[in-house]
Amino acid sequence: MTVIPATAVPRLVRGVRLRHDEARGQWVLLAPERVLNPDPVAVEILKKVDGTRSVEVIIDELVSAFTVDRERVASDVDAFLAGLKEKGLIETMPSPIGDAAS
Amino acid sequence: MNVIAEPRPAVSTRPAPPAPYGMLAELTHRCPLQCPYCSNPVELDRRNVELDTETWLRVFSEAARLGVLQVHLSGGEPTARRDLEAMIRHCVEVGLYTNLITAGVGLTPERLAAISEAGIDHVQLSFQGADAAMTDHVSNFKGAHERKLAVAREVRRLGLPLTVNSVVHRANIEQIPAFIELALELGAKRIEIAHAQYYGWALRNRQALMPTREQVFRALDVVEEARVRLKGRLTIDAVVPDYYARYPKPCMNGWGRQSLNVTPSGKVLPCHAAETIPSLEFWNVREHSLQEIWVESPAFNAFRGTDWMPELCRSCERKEIDWGGCRCQAMAIAGDAAETDPACHKSPLHAHLLALAEEDSHSRVNGYDYRRYLTERDQ
Ligand code: SF4
Ligand code: SF4
Repeated sequence: MTVIPATAVPRLVRGVRLRHDEARGQWVLLAPERVLNPDPVAVEILKKVDGTRSVEVIIDELVSAFTVDRERVASDVDAFLAGLKEKGLIETMPSPIGDAAS
Repeated sequence: MNVIAEPRPAVSTRPAPPAPYGMLAELTHRCPLQCPYCSNPVELDRRNVELDTETWLRVFSEAARLGVLQVHLSGGEPTARRDLEAMIRHCVEVGLYTNLITAGVGLTPERLAAISEAGIDHVQLSFQGADAAMTDHVSNFKGAHERKLAVAREVRRLGLPLTVNSVVHRANIEQIPAFIELALELGAKRIEIAHAQYYGWALRNRQALMPTREQVFRALDVVEEARVRLKGRLTIDAVVPDYYARYPKPCMNGWGRQSLNVTPSGKVLPCHAAETIPSLEFWNVREHSLQEIWVESPAFNAFRGTDWMPELCRSCERKEIDWGGCRCQAMAIAGDAAETDPACHKSPLHAHLLALAEEDSHSRVNGYDYRRYLTERDQ
């Protein structure tokens, strides 16, 4: 598994959507012919995968929101995002959308 | 006062079934192609009985409220409906994930762009063959293959995820490696390889469609090898034919458990072939809400859970794994939808089913009774 660079900006690919499922009281990740049930930690990460935050920003925000050890969070996020990328659920850009020229 | 002691009607004592995840919306039965295994019923709905836009929009709202997450916009050919974009926009608004199931023929780049713009999430495009000769022959439409290739490229150019869908049978089962190559070449992330399912049109054409046992087992090996080789590049979802297997497929993952199907005229079915079971009573969205139909309608409750099962299944440890198999296959082969699916090796009719399959697979019939609106001469 290749780790995504800290400055890269991940986003869900077209055809993958995160939404709250009111009927069942849970978050779901919808993909072609699939409904995935991310666990609570995964949901917190996924909410920040929006094409504007870089991996390091995602990690920083999680660390301050949940006052947890940065190293732990970083390795969790890295592994989780690498897994999503391998499954083709996210893509990464070198920098945020609209920022490409800078 | 003894009113409270009144027994309550049986219907309300039944625990409410869990909400469905998916809904197949058959927007129309009109289609330019004529596949001999088409999953539409033999008696096709005509345009004048189709639900209007407003009713479909209400059905989508009701589906979202009921807990449906994904809607499969299908047909016939769903793009034959001019109001498709309005429906997609509405689905997006109420939070439904939309999947377009199209044959692609007749879909211009402009129309596709409008569909993409409306917010479609995923496109599933059918290929009747891996090359022009086969696609055109099976679909009975000259030039179909070329048009599909153009649509596939356009789908990818728009950045939409693409699934290639191929139904395999005796004439094209050897093309599986070529289907997989085609999917890769077109930039699809997923391919569905589905063996024809023998009810409706496919039942009429069983002699010409049934693959031999050798073909089926070779196909399984080919798919397994490709799965391992292409892991991470292409997802291969294969629907295994159960005629030659030990156990039946868990049809619909259980009747009335996860999905529902709305026909062009508004009937709601537990599976797309359910109309082949003559004893079932289907409710229509013109008269009932989707919620009512899901919870209360006779057709949905007929084979829900395990109570309806014959002893053979009820006492079996797989009853909540395969749910007794396919009700429509039980109907077609055993003549009783409440029987164990004859595809199960424990069924007394299993040998009979196998013999039928073997015999048909060696039949010399190769011409098709193509799908079409039947006229009086056909009856
Ligand atoms: S199976 Fe063939 S004929 Fe039937 S709706 Fe699909 S493309 Fe049309
Ligand atoms: S007996 Fe019924 S439940 Fe058991 S494997 Fe066969 S079909 Fe499935």
